Amino acid sequence: MYYFDPHIHMVSRTTDDYEMLAKMGCVGLSEPAFWAGFDRGSAESFRDYFRQLTEVEPKRAAQYGIQHYTWLCINAKEAENVSLSREVIAIIPDFLDCHNVLGIGEIGLNKNTKNEAIIFTEHLELAVRYNQQILIHTPHLEDKYQGTRMILDMLCDDSRIDRGRVLVDHVEEHTVRHVLDEGFWAGMTLYPTTKCTPQRACDIIEMYGSERLMANSAGDWGPSKPTAIPDLILEMRRRGHPESLIRKIVYENPLEFFRQSQGFTFKSPDADDASTINDRTASEPK
Amino acid sequence: MPLPMTSNQVLDREFLEIRAKILDLAASFDRLDRADGSVVGDPRQSLVQEALSVLSSTQKDRAEQIQLLFSHHYEDDWQEKFNLPSAAKLRTRST
Repeated sequence: MYYFDPHIHMVSRTTDDYEMLAKMGCVGLSEPAFWAGFDRGSAESFRDYFRQLTEVEPKRAAQYGIQHYTWLCINAKEAENVSLSREVIAIIPDFLDCHNVLGIGEIGLNKNTKNEAIIFTEHLELAVRYNQQILIHTPHLEDKYQGTRMILDMLCDDSRIDRGRVLVDHVEEHTVRHVLDEGFWAGMTLYPTTKCTPQRACDIIEMYGSERLMANSAGDWGPSKPTAIPDLILEMRRRGHPESLIRKIVYENPLEFFRQSQGFTFKSPDADDASTINDRTASEPK
Repeated sequence: MPLPMTSNQVLDREFLEIRAKILDLAASFDRLDRADGSVVGDPRQSLVQEALSVLSSTQKDRAEQIQLLFSHHYEDDWQEKFNLPSAAKLRTRST
Protein backbone atom coordinates (compact mmCIF):
# COMPACT_ATOMS: atom_id res chain seq x y z
CA MET A 1 0.00 0.00 0.00
CA TYR A 2 1.22 3.49 -0.84
CA TYR A 3 1.32 5.95 2.01
CA PHE A 4 2.19 9.60 2.64
CA ASP A 5 3.99 10.65 5.83
CA PRO A 6 2.61 14.12 6.62
CA HIS A 7 5.19 14.90 9.31
CA ILE A 8 8.79 13.71 9.30
CA HIS A 9 12.12 15.49 9.78
CA MET A 10 14.36 14.03 7.11
CA VAL A 11 17.20 16.51 7.68
CA SER A 12 17.86 14.38 10.77
CA ARG A 13 17.74 11.09 8.92
CA THR A 14 20.15 9.26 6.66
CA THR A 15 19.75 8.60 2.96
CA ASP A 16 19.36 4.93 3.90
CA ASP A 17 16.14 5.96 5.64
CA TYR A 18 14.80 7.43 2.40
CA GLU A 19 15.53 4.10 0.73
CA MET A 20 13.81 2.17 3.53
CA LEU A 21 10.76 4.46 3.42
CA ALA A 22 10.47 3.95 -0.33
CA LYS A 23 10.70 0.19 0.05
CA MET A 24 7.88 0.27 2.59
CA GLY A 25 5.51 2.20 0.35
CA CYS A 26 6.17 5.84 1.18
CA VAL A 27 5.62 7.92 -1.96
CA GLY A 28 5.49 11.38 -0.42
CA LEU A 29 6.18 13.25 2.79
CA SER A 30 6.03 16.70 4.30
CA GLU A 31 8.75 18.07 6.53
CA PRO A 32 7.93 20.91 8.93
CA ALA A 33 10.68 23.19 10.18
CA PHE A 34 11.58 22.24 13.77
CA TRP A 35 14.08 22.45 16.60
CA ALA A 36 17.50 21.10 15.62
CA GLY A 37 18.34 19.89 19.13
CA PHE A 38 20.09 23.14 19.97
CA ASP A 39 19.16 26.82 19.83
CA ARG A 40 20.49 28.50 16.72
CA GLY A 41 22.42 31.71 17.06
CA SER A 42 21.07 33.87 14.27
CA ALA A 43 18.39 34.25 11.65
CA GLU A 44 20.96 33.40 9.00
CA SER A 45 21.14 29.88 10.45
CA PHE A 46 17.45 29.58 9.66
CA ARG A 47 17.98 30.91 6.15
CA ASP A 48 20.43 28.05 5.57
CA TYR A 49 17.98 25.60 7.13
CA PHE A 50 15.19 26.80 4.84
CA ARG A 51 17.52 26.29 1.86
CA GLN A 52 18.16 22.76 3.07
CA LEU A 53 14.41 22.14 3.26
CA THR A 54 13.60 23.64 -0.13
CA GLU A 55 16.66 22.65 -2.16
CA VAL A 56 18.58 19.73 -0.65
CA GLU A 57 15.94 17.43 0.81
CA PRO A 58 13.71 17.32 -2.29
CA LYS A 59 16.70 16.03 -4.27
CA ARG A 60 17.61 13.41 -1.67
CA ALA A 61 13.99 12.22 -1.60
CA ALA A 62 13.65 12.16 -5.37
CA GLN A 63 16.46 9.63 -5.65
CA TYR A 64 14.00 7.10 -4.24
CA GLY A 65 10.85 8.31 -5.94
CA ILE A 66 9.61 10.13 -2.84
CA GLN A 67 8.03 13.54 -3.34
CA HIS A 68 9.19 15.97 -0.67
CA TYR A 69 7.22 18.94 0.67
CA THR A 70 7.99 21.33 3.52
CA TRP A 71 6.71 23.95 5.95
CA LEU A 72 8.59 26.98 7.26
CA CYS A 73 8.68 28.75 10.62
CA ILE A 74 10.70 29.21 13.78
CA ASN A 75 9.69 26.41 16.12
CA ALA A 76 7.97 26.93 19.46
CA LYS A 77 11.04 26.09 21.54
CA GLU A 78 13.20 28.79 19.96
CA ALA A 79 10.20 31.14 19.85
CA GLU A 80 10.98 31.95 23.48
CA ASN A 81 13.54 34.33 21.92
CA VAL A 82 11.12 36.94 20.57
CA SER A 83 13.64 39.16 18.77
CA LEU A 84 15.24 36.21 16.95
CA SER A 85 11.80 34.87 16.08
CA ARG A 86 10.77 38.15 14.49
CA GLU A 87 13.94 38.17 12.40
CA VAL A 88 13.19 34.65 11.19
CA ILE A 89 9.55 35.42 10.43
CA ALA A 90 10.75 38.34 8.34
CA ILE A 91 12.78 36.08 6.04
CA ILE A 92 10.15 33.37 5.56
CA PRO A 93 8.36 35.20 2.69
CA ASP A 94 11.58 34.88 0.68
CA PHE A 95 10.94 31.12 0.54
CA LEU A 96 7.15 30.86 0.25
CA ASP A 97 7.25 30.60 -3.53
CA CYS A 98 9.68 27.67 -3.52
CA HIS A 99 8.23 24.71 -5.38
CA ASN A 100 7.77 22.39 -2.38
CA VAL A 101 6.54 24.79 0.32
CA LEU A 102 3.06 23.98 1.66
CA GLY A 103 2.71 26.65 4.34
CA ILE A 104 3.70 27.80 7.82
CA GLY A 105 4.71 25.15 10.35
CA GLU A 106 5.27 23.54 12.66
CA ILE A 107 4.28 26.47 14.82
CA GLY A 108 2.74 26.11 18.25
CA LEU A 109 3.63 26.06 21.91
CA ASN A 110 6.28 24.20 23.88
CA LYS A 111 6.10 25.22 27.56
CA ASN A 112 2.99 27.38 27.05
CA THR A 113 4.69 30.69 27.82
CA LYS A 114 3.67 34.23 26.99
CA ASN A 115 6.52 34.64 24.50
CA GLU A 116 5.57 31.45 22.68
CA ALA A 117 1.98 32.68 22.43
CA ILE A 118 3.12 36.04 21.04
CA ILE A 119 5.20 34.41 18.31
CA PHE A 120 2.45 31.91 17.54
CA THR A 121 0.01 34.72 16.79
CA GLU A 122 2.61 36.51 14.68
CA HIS A 123 3.02 33.32 12.63
CA LEU A 124 -0.76 33.25 12.20
CA GLU A 125 -0.62 36.79 10.88
CA LEU A 126 2.04 35.72 8.39
CA ALA A 127 -0.05 32.76 7.24
CA VAL A 128 -3.15 34.90 6.77
CA ARG A 129 -1.22 37.62 4.96
CA TYR A 130 0.22 35.13 2.45
CA ASN A 131 -2.82 32.79 2.33
CA GLN A 132 -0.77 29.85 3.62
CA GLN A 133 -1.89 26.59 5.16
CA ILE A 134 -0.82 26.00 8.76
CA LEU A 135 0.71 22.98 10.50
CA ILE A 136 0.71 23.12 14.30
CA HIS A 137 2.89 21.44 16.91
CA THR A 138 1.20 20.77 20.24
CA PRO A 139 3.36 20.47 23.36
CA HIS A 140 4.74 17.34 24.92
CA LEU A 141 3.57 15.28 27.88
CA GLU A 142 2.16 17.27 30.81
CA ASP A 143 2.03 20.50 28.75
CA LYS A 144 0.01 19.03 25.88
CA TYR A 145 -3.55 19.44 27.15
CA GLN A 146 -3.11 23.00 28.39
CA GLY A 147 -1.12 24.01 25.32
CA THR A 148 -3.56 22.48 22.87
CA ARG A 149 -6.46 24.33 24.48
CA MET A 150 -4.47 27.58 24.37
CA ILE A 151 -3.64 27.03 20.70
CA LEU A 152 -7.29 26.35 19.88
CA ASP A 153 -8.25 29.53 21.73
CA MET A 154 -5.87 31.58 19.58
CA LEU A 155 -7.00 29.92 16.35
CA CYS A 156 -10.70 30.22 17.10
CA ASP A 157 -10.22 33.85 18.14
CA ASP A 158 -9.23 34.68 14.58
CA SER A 159 -12.14 34.53 12.16
CA ARG A 160 -9.77 34.89 9.21
CA ILE A 161 -8.40 31.38 9.79
CA ASP A 162 -9.93 28.71 7.54
CA ARG A 163 -10.09 25.77 9.94
CA GLY A 164 -10.11 23.26 7.11
CA ARG A 165 -6.63 24.45 6.13
CA VAL A 166 -5.10 23.94 9.58
CA LEU A 167 -3.56 20.66 10.79
CA VAL A 168 -3.14 20.35 14.57
CA ASP A 169 -0.55 17.68 15.18
CA HIS A 170 0.50 15.28 17.94
CA VAL A 171 -3.06 14.77 19.21
CA GLU A 172 -3.71 12.08 21.80
CA GLU A 173 -6.72 10.72 23.66
CA HIS A 174 -7.25 13.89 25.70
CA THR A 175 -6.86 16.42 22.87
CA VAL A 176 -8.18 14.85 19.67
CA ARG A 177 -11.85 15.57 20.42
CA HIS A 178 -11.21 19.27 21.05
CA VAL A 179 -9.34 19.62 17.74
CA LEU A 180 -11.88 17.77 15.61
CA ASP A 181 -14.90 19.38 17.27
CA GLU A 182 -13.56 22.82 16.34
CA GLY A 183 -13.30 21.80 12.68
CA PHE A 184 -9.52 21.43 12.36
CA TRP A 185 -7.57 18.51 10.93
CA ALA A 186 -5.80 16.32 13.47
CA GLY A 187 -2.54 14.39 13.23
CA MET A 188 -1.48 11.48 15.42
CA THR A 189 2.25 11.00 15.93
CA LEU A 190 3.48 7.43 16.33
CA TYR A 191 6.39 7.39 18.78
CA PRO A 192 7.99 4.51 20.68
CA THR A 193 7.51 5.92 24.20
CA THR A 194 5.79 9.32 24.04
CA LYS A 195 2.75 10.42 22.02
CA CYS A 196 0.78 7.58 20.35
CA THR A 197 1.61 3.95 19.78
CA PRO A 198 0.16 2.38 16.62
CA GLN A 199 -2.30 0.53 18.84
CA ARG A 200 -3.59 3.67 20.54
CA ALA A 201 -3.75 5.51 17.24
CA CYS A 202 -5.91 2.69 15.93
CA ASP A 203 -8.12 3.05 19.01
CA ILE A 204 -8.53 6.76 18.30
CA ILE A 205 -9.53 6.02 14.71
CA GLU A 206 -12.11 3.55 15.95
CA MET A 207 -13.48 6.03 18.49
CA TYR A 208 -13.43 9.21 16.40
CA GLY A 209 -13.72 8.01 12.80
CA SER A 210 -11.54 8.72 9.80
CA GLU A 211 -12.63 12.23 8.85
CA ARG A 212 -9.92 14.92 9.09
CA LEU A 213 -7.60 12.47 10.80
CA MET A 214 -4.15 11.29 9.71
CA ALA A 215 -1.05 9.68 11.17
CA ASN A 216 2.65 10.47 10.98
CA SER A 217 6.00 9.21 12.22
CA ALA A 218 7.52 12.60 13.10
CA GLY A 219 10.83 10.79 12.68
CA ASP A 220 13.64 13.07 13.81
CA TRP A 221 16.97 13.00 15.69
CA GLY A 222 15.43 11.64 18.92
CA PRO A 223 13.84 8.29 19.75
CA SER A 224 11.51 7.82 16.80
CA LYS A 225 10.78 5.35 14.04
CA PRO A 226 10.54 6.70 10.50
CA THR A 227 8.65 3.60 9.37
CA ALA A 228 5.98 3.90 12.08
CA ILE A 229 3.14 4.35 9.59
CA PRO A 230 3.56 0.81 8.20
CA ASP A 231 3.25 -0.32 11.84
CA LEU A 232 -0.15 1.39 12.00
CA ILE A 233 -1.16 -0.17 8.69
CA LEU A 234 -0.30 -3.59 10.08
CA GLU A 235 -2.18 -2.96 13.34
CA MET A 236 -5.30 -1.89 11.44
CA ARG A 237 -5.07 -4.97 9.24
CA ARG A 238 -4.66 -7.27 12.22
CA ARG A 239 -7.87 -5.88 13.69
CA GLY A 240 -9.65 -6.56 10.44
CA HIS A 241 -10.22 -3.01 9.21
CA PRO A 242 -10.87 -2.71 5.46
CA GLU A 243 -8.09 -1.62 3.15
CA SER A 244 -10.22 1.37 2.09
CA LEU A 245 -10.20 2.75 5.65
CA ILE A 246 -6.47 2.22 6.03
CA ARG A 247 -5.79 3.92 2.72
CA LYS A 248 -7.94 6.88 3.72
CA ILE A 249 -5.94 7.45 6.89
CA VAL A 250 -2.42 7.01 5.49
CA TYR A 251 -2.82 8.30 1.94
CA GLU A 252 -6.08 9.93 0.91
CA ASN A 253 -6.53 12.19 3.93
CA PRO A 254 -3.04 13.71 3.70
CA LEU A 255 -3.54 14.32 -0.01
CA GLU A 256 -6.95 15.90 0.58
CA PHE A 257 -5.50 18.27 3.14
CA PHE A 258 -2.33 19.15 1.24
CA ARG A 259 -4.13 19.74 -2.07
CA GLN A 260 -5.41 22.98 -0.55
CA SER A 261 -1.90 24.37 -0.82
CA GLN A 262 -0.70 25.96 -4.04
CA GLY A 263 2.69 24.31 -3.57
CA PHE A 264 1.28 20.79 -3.61
CA THR A 265 1.91 19.29 -7.03
CA PHE A 266 1.91 15.65 -5.97
CA LYS A 267 1.84 13.11 -8.77
CA SER A 268 0.23 9.81 -7.88
CA PRO A 269 2.44 6.77 -8.41
CA ASP A 270 -0.61 5.22 -10.02
CA ALA A 271 0.09 7.50 -12.99
CA ASP A 272 1.11 5.65 -16.09
CA ASP A 273 4.81 6.40 -16.12
CA ALA A 274 7.82 6.31 -13.83
CA SER A 275 8.75 9.94 -14.10
CA THR A 276 8.38 10.46 -10.36
CA ILE A 277 11.86 9.08 -9.92
CA ASN A 278 14.34 11.81 -10.63
CA ASP A 279 17.28 10.02 -12.13
CA ARG A 280 19.08 13.30 -12.71
CA THR A 281 19.72 13.80 -9.01
CA ALA A 282 20.74 10.22 -8.33
CA SER A 283 24.20 10.69 -9.73
CA GLU A 284 24.98 13.97 -8.01
CA PRO A 285 28.13 13.84 -5.87
CA LYS A 286 27.80 14.03 -2.09
CA MET B 1 22.62 -9.93 42.74
CA PRO B 2 22.00 -6.28 43.55
CA LEU B 3 20.83 -3.89 40.89
CA PRO B 4 23.84 -1.87 39.77
CA MET B 5 21.79 1.34 39.71
CA THR B 6 20.13 3.42 42.39
CA SER B 7 16.39 3.73 42.41
CA ASN B 8 16.67 7.34 41.25
CA GLN B 9 18.77 6.29 38.29
CA VAL B 10 16.25 3.64 37.37
CA LEU B 11 13.38 6.09 37.65
CA ASP B 12 15.22 8.74 35.63
CA ARG B 13 15.92 6.27 32.87
CA GLU B 14 12.60 4.47 32.78
CA PHE B 15 9.97 7.00 33.80
CA LEU B 16 8.76 7.69 30.26
CA GLU B 17 8.74 4.02 29.38
CA ILE B 18 6.73 3.21 32.50
CA ARG B 19 4.39 6.07 31.70
CA ALA B 20 3.96 4.83 28.14
CA LYS B 21 3.23 1.31 29.32
CA ILE B 22 0.56 2.55 31.72
CA LEU B 23 -1.11 4.35 28.82
CA ASP B 24 -0.93 1.21 26.69
CA LEU B 25 -2.54 -0.81 29.46
CA ALA B 26 -5.34 1.72 29.84
CA ALA B 27 -6.08 1.66 26.10
CA SER B 28 -5.98 -2.15 26.12
CA PHE B 29 -8.65 -2.22 28.83
CA ASP B 30 -10.76 0.31 26.91
CA ARG B 31 -10.38 -1.88 23.82
CA LEU B 32 -11.64 -4.88 25.74
CA ASP B 33 -14.69 -2.92 26.89
CA ARG B 34 -15.51 -1.69 23.38
CA ALA B 35 -15.25 -5.10 21.77
CA ASP B 36 -18.29 -7.37 21.37
CA GLY B 37 -18.61 -10.15 23.91
CA SER B 38 -17.34 -10.33 27.43
CA VAL B 39 -14.29 -11.51 29.30
CA VAL B 40 -16.03 -11.45 32.66
CA GLY B 41 -15.12 -14.65 34.44
CA ASP B 42 -11.95 -15.17 32.47
CA PRO B 43 -9.33 -15.94 35.13
CA ARG B 44 -6.68 -14.07 33.20
CA GLN B 45 -8.75 -10.94 33.31
CA SER B 46 -9.27 -11.32 37.04
CA LEU B 47 -5.55 -11.73 37.62
CA VAL B 48 -4.74 -8.68 35.60
CA GLN B 49 -7.36 -6.65 37.44
CA GLU B 50 -6.05 -7.71 40.80
CA ALA B 51 -2.44 -7.02 39.92
CA LEU B 52 -3.24 -3.65 38.42
CA SER B 53 -6.00 -2.50 40.73
CA VAL B 54 -4.91 1.09 40.34
CA LEU B 55 -6.04 0.92 36.72
CA SER B 56 -9.20 -1.07 37.30
CA SER B 57 -11.84 1.65 37.30
CA THR B 58 -15.00 1.02 35.30
CA GLN B 59 -14.73 4.21 33.22
CA LYS B 60 -14.57 3.70 29.49
CA ASP B 61 -12.14 6.56 28.89
CA ARG B 62 -9.30 5.42 31.06
CA ALA B 63 -6.61 6.49 28.67
CA GLU B 64 -8.02 10.01 28.41
CA GLN B 65 -8.41 10.22 32.18
CA ILE B 66 -4.85 9.05 32.73
CA GLN B 67 -3.62 11.54 30.17
CA LEU B 68 -5.49 14.29 31.99
CA LEU B 69 -4.05 13.06 35.27
CA PHE B 70 -0.60 13.68 33.79
CA SER B 71 -1.56 17.07 32.37
CA HIS B 72 -1.34 20.62 33.55
CA HIS B 73 -4.72 22.24 34.03
CA TYR B 74 -6.13 24.54 31.40
CA GLU B 75 -7.60 27.85 32.51
CA ASP B 76 -9.67 29.78 29.99
CA ASP B 77 -8.51 33.16 31.29
CA TRP B 78 -4.87 32.48 30.40
CA GLN B 79 -4.76 35.35 27.90
CA GLU B 80 -5.79 37.81 30.60
CA LYS B 81 -3.17 36.42 32.97
CA PHE B 82 -0.54 36.83 30.24
CA ASN B 83 -1.90 40.32 29.58
CA LEU B 84 -2.31 39.30 25.95
CA PRO B 85 -5.07 40.81 23.87
CA SER B 86 -6.95 38.26 21.80
CA ALA B 87 -6.29 38.15 18.06
CA ALA B 88 -9.66 39.72 17.43
CA LYS B 89 -8.86 42.65 19.71
CA LEU B 90 -5.44 43.07 18.11
CA ARG B 91 -7.01 43.39 14.67
CA THR B 92 -9.59 45.86 15.94
CA ARG B 93 -6.79 47.93 17.43
CA SER B 94 -4.81 47.96 14.17
CA THR B 95 -7.75 49.04 11.96
